[in-house]
Amino acid sequence: MAGGPTGAGTALAGTTLKRLARLASAAVAAQAIVTFARLVTAVRAVWQGTGLSGVQRVYFANHASHGDFILIWTVLPQRLRRRTRPVAGADYWLTSRARAFVGRDVFDAVLIERDPERRQEDPVEQMARALDERSSLILFPEGTRNTGDEPLLPFKSGLYHLAKARPAVELVPVWIANLNRVMPKGEVLPVPLLCTVTFGAPIHVGEAEDKDAFLARARAALLALAPNGKRP
Amino acid sequence: MTDDAPPRFLVSPHPDLVTLLVALFAVLVAASAIGYALGRRLSPDGGNAVIENLNDRIRSWWVMVVAMAVALLAGKAGVVVLFALCSFAALREFLTLTSTRRGDHWALAGAFFVVLPAQYWLVYIDWYGLYSIFIPVYAFLAMPIVAALRGDTENYLVRISEVQWALMITVFCASHVPALLTLQIPGYEGRTVMLIAFLVLVVQSSDVLQYVWGKLAGRTPIAPKLSPSKTVEGFAGGALSATALGAALSWMTPFTPLQAALLSFVIVLMGFFGGLVMSAIKRDRGVKDWGHMIAGHGGFIDRLDSVVFAAPVFFHLVRYWWSTV
Repeated sequence: MAGGPTGAGTALAGTTLKRLARLASAAVAAQAIVTFARLVTAVRAVWQGTGLSGVQRVYFANHASHGDFILIWTVLPQRLRRRTRPVAGADYWLTSRARAFVGRDVFDAVLIERDPERRQEDPVEQMARALDERSSLILFPEGTRNTGDEPLLPFKSGLYHLAKARPAVELVPVWIANLNRVMPKGEVLPVPLLCTVTFGAPIHVGEAEDKDAFLARARAALLALAPNGKRP
Repeated sequence: MTDDAPPRFLVSPHPDLVTLLVALFAVLVAASAIGYALGRRLSPDGGNAVIENLNDRIRSWWVMVVAMAVALLAGKAGVVVLFALCSFAALREFLTLTSTRRGDHWALAGAFFVVLPAQYWLVYIDWYGLYSIFIPVYAFLAMPIVAALRGDTENYLVRISEVQWALMITVFCASHVPALLTLQIPGYEGRTVMLIAFLVLVVQSSDVLQYVWGKLAGRTPIAPKLSPSKTVEGFAGGALSATALGAALSWMTPFTPLQAALLSFVIVLMGFFGGLVMSAIKRDRGVKDWGHMIAGHGGFIDRLDSVVFAAPVFFHLVRYWWSTV
């Protein structure tokens, strides 16, 4: 038939449509997640020692809940949100289709393999490549969720190696307060409580600074942002 | 000429309510104009904190008055939904400052998703016998059971008391504002929504007038430890002028001017003490405001503390002396 679509053309249109549908549903899901986070936590950004800026950054934060990077994401304006990618464990985010959709399509996470045995690629290189593509990153240097009574676990070395690999990028400490009470580990229903996200002054790795000294300094900069009230 | 009524797209509001809302908007327009003029003269570059805060407050008042107006025009369902939402925000602020632990998670979820909606539902269907004891008796018994089942005993008594206190203040007491709509006063049918307007207006104008009198004439602190900005002059001037305003509003109530003045005075006193009590809790927890949702005012509880303390007392006084149910 003259002018009729060829088989290959239909298939191409089909994949384009599918991709568009995927993009649209990711955008809707992102907005729904942000709205939900606001409803539950009324989250508020506190800019302490730094302002909101479009400069490329690595935000490093305390990690007590799966919702942590959602809160950081929520307080950033939309234009920055799209360029700010969380660094997350592939072992968690690729275990189901729904999680993979949220992790890859909605948050565009940089998925790294936490188990060194199964690594195909060096996580620091993955993160550096994302920075070279002009993205900002959200990083949880504790490496895992903190569910104990310690305010902050010791840092893994990834932050140091990344800082060495891309020394010009600002490293901004971010303290997320109260989210562990909203959604403690193992609970399914979030309890509405007010949360804050506090951004501190950016740091850089010193030229002669060794790993332990830098990680201790970064950890202290993050801990300094924790509210020192009577509550956790 | 025809006798046909014009098509009615909305249930037409009571003329008294329309009069009141028009007057309120006029007051807000005047306040905004004064705020603008003061801003031009005293804070041209936004450097005067008092003036900037004043203008933030006035802008927030616009939002609150519009929200209240929409709810009152929508009638019972509107008022119940508005106050349920306020309770939700207030409960969230209150529980943020408590020392609850993981073991309280079910109890907290129950407070938000079971107790709060149930209380407002009972008010909506006008089941006085149950909504007046639901939280003081049944939530009071159920919440500690739920917390005990989780087995965490550290600070147990403190934790369950805080949750109960939060529910009493932010849900039970607050729900007595929409409960005013269920009163049946002979000769006042279809106008009970004006009782809410009266209560809220007297309480809030008392807060505003105490603030204004305090700024103009305040010298002697009344409770320096709790609330350094509250003064004897501010309280006396604000309370008396709000009582006078209440008397002047008697036209929209079932009360005589003298009765309206006496009720206003009770409302103003309870509101003042409500502010003091909630300040004491803030000092205890080391915070200045309950939250940040209402620019210039702080949180929902900062704005509602006086209403919440006055509402049950006003409700019971009117119910006892005026209502037939």
